[in-house]
Amino acid sequence: MKLNGARIVWESLVREGVEVVFGISGGAVLPLYHALPEYPIHHVLIRHEHAAAHAADGYARATGKVGVCLATSGPGATNLVTGIATAYMDSSPVVAITGQVATPFIGKDAFQEVDITGITLPITKHNYLVTDIRDLAMTIKEAFYIARTGRPGPVLIDIAKDVQTAELDYEEPPEVSLPGYQPFPATDFRQIQQAACLINQAEAPLILAGHGVILAGAEAELRQLAEKAHIPVVTTLLGISALPETHPLCLGMGGMHGEAYANKALQQADLLLNLGSRFDDRLTGAVGAFAPRAKIIQVDIDAAEIGKNVRSDLPIVGDVREVLQTLLPMVKEASHPAWLEQIHEWRRESASRDILDQETDELIPQYVIRQIWHATGGQAIMVSDVGQNQMWEAQYFLHDKPRSLISSGGLGTMGFALPASIGVQMGCPDQMVWTTAGDGGFQMTIQELATVVQEKLPLKIAILNNGYLGMVRQWQQFFFEGRYSGSVLLGPDFAKVAEAYGIPGITVTEKAQVVSAIEQALEIDGPVLIDFHIASEENVYPMVAPGAAIHDMIRRPLPV
Amino acid sequence: MAKHTLIALMEDKPGVLNRVASLFRRRQFNIESLTVGHSETPGISRMTIVVDADHAGIEQVEKQLYKLINVTQVSDVSHQPTVIRELALIKVYATASTRAEIMQLVDIFRAKVVDVAAESLTIEITGPESKVDSLMNLLRPFGIKEMVRTGRVAMVRGSNGMSQATGRQIN
Repeated sequence: MKLNGARIVWESLVREGVEVVFGISGGAVLPLYHALPEYPIHHVLIRHEHAAAHAADGYARATGKVGVCLATSGPGATNLVTGIATAYMDSSPVVAITGQVATPFIGKDAFQEVDITGITLPITKHNYLVTDIRDLAMTIKEAFYIARTGRPGPVLIDIAKDVQTAELDYEEPPEVSLPGYQPFPATDFRQIQQAACLINQAEAPLILAGHGVILAGAEAELRQLAEKAHIPVVTTLLGISALPETHPLCLGMGGMHGEAYANKALQQADLLLNLGSRFDDRLTGAVGAFAPRAKIIQVDIDAAEIGKNVRSDLPIVGDVREVLQTLLPMVKEASHPAWLEQIHEWRRESASRDILDQETDELIPQYVIRQIWHATGGQAIMVSDVGQNQMWEAQYFLHDKPRSLISSGGLGTMGFALPASIGVQMGCPDQMVWTTAGDGGFQMTIQELATVVQEKLPLKIAILNNGYLGMVRQWQQFFFEGRYSGSVLLGPDFAKVAEAYGIPGITVTEKAQVVSAIEQALEIDGPVLIDFHIASEENVYPMVAPGAAIHDMIRRPLPV
Repeated sequence: MAKHTLIALMEDKPGVLNRVASLFRRRQFNIESLTVGHSETPGISRMTIVVDADHAGIEQVEKQLYKLINVTQVSDVSHQPTVIRELALIKVYATASTRAEIMQLVDIFRAKVVDVAAESLTIEITGPESKVDSLMNLLRPFGIKEMVRTGRVAMVRGSNGMSQATGRQIN
């Protein structure tokens, strides 16, 4: 059948199973938008392309399917950049489609021309500039294949405007054949045998579960391994929910703001089994002092991660789920009582410092998060922003459900939460989705409240409002003489802003109002925003100073 | 740090050179020289890259190169018996009184004079970098007007071809 390029794009997307795209129109994608109503794809008109990329990313993280965003050439394309980089750092499968000026104008500095394939070269898994309609269908097929296989990641397709209007007899493209791309590495069986040997000999083994466990869908296998050999599990930020956090073997998040007992376990373990974590510096602290007693087994689907940041005594390149399935029968049952008792003791010590057990009338953010957890029965999908709010969420919401924490880990992109929530809620319409953000990050993408209303999304939004760029302020308090330069932040009356968009807004200024405000939000059938005016100079504890070893923690001062 | 010679095969597609160069810049690897041209297979380009890196660094370079979708094969040939060649064109001052002496050097090095002008000779030399360096040093006193070197190309000795080695070396 004769189709123009625009219809080939939509036809290809439908064949890839795409149901929703997030985008904004503009000159170089007008042909695409003209053809869109003919196809069974829901278009979410977002308010800023930056948010379109985050929404596609949120959709991808929550569903495991490829998220798609769409923007015009020039500024539309460059606005996607932060969102694409966010998806790249966190291995999220996103396909970004941009319009490009017509081929005769490329390279002429035409109106709204930008070299977006050049710009996104280091922040995409791969990218394409399509200047010939005969390449279009195959390119889209390859892009989706690359985005979702192996270590997932964003792929950008830049399509010249005249390609969108050119016509071609459309035929379904053949199977993808990319000689230079082998996303399914052949895992070395002997190395898995060796890993089993090391696990069976270990006295103080520890699993570090990263995002790779969730991306591989290996939660069940992880749990079986942990339970079979009684191996405690520390997670990275993005590994949260790989093992239910209320599970007795789950030590929660490690690293810069990890639990003290999790960090101590990392430092004292004699065997560390890293499953799909890339040993980010926020997890390892000073790499020279990281896990000094441990033999390290590193399982990653990306060979380039092996030994990149931390030494690897036994590398295994492969899909975490497949590796664990092979490994499980070889691992012997074990109980490690002394090791687990030692961890239990560290845990008791940490608990004695928990701020939730200290008497205070202050409206502390940890209490807000814990009350959201209580009120939702821990069943909500939480989408957090970046900074203090992100760490409090990670520490005080116990994630039992896989993929129930969506957050920008690697890039640490403020403004992520609200647009990503839109993608999450679009992908999971039957689930309760909560957005938590600070007043700083929320103001970076606040315009997306309009998209929430337009799509009738029942998002529950909690702003932890302390009038600061809170994490910056905390660093300034600890490391920059308490000089709060550029971190004091003026914000609007968020409840009124919400009301102006047609979203009920609640302001909470007292600790005593927290529970009723959350309950009220849950009773409202639709979106709600709660502005929590939290204690303004509350800190995230524990904290590992940048460059320090992870056992060297700044702890919360004990109550006097 | 040591010099390593990498041979990489890649699809001949727009932007591939940019992808490789960008990768080196982004990961802070130093390229000493880089040459690119056709290989024996239509549609596949061959690159010889000389990198200054330590052991861990060179392993990262290889793995990162493999991650580029268009790169089909990478091989570090530094520790294999290899034919290594470079070509240089050297334009050197030559007067009636020095011409004979220069020609003698050209002969000794089995180089070639490819252009003669009133006040200069242009010499073509092929060989390992050390040979090119030596001739350069001997010609320098005469006055070098202009010089261009291609950078290293390399091929492993023996009857196996690069593209006959199948599959990727992963760990």
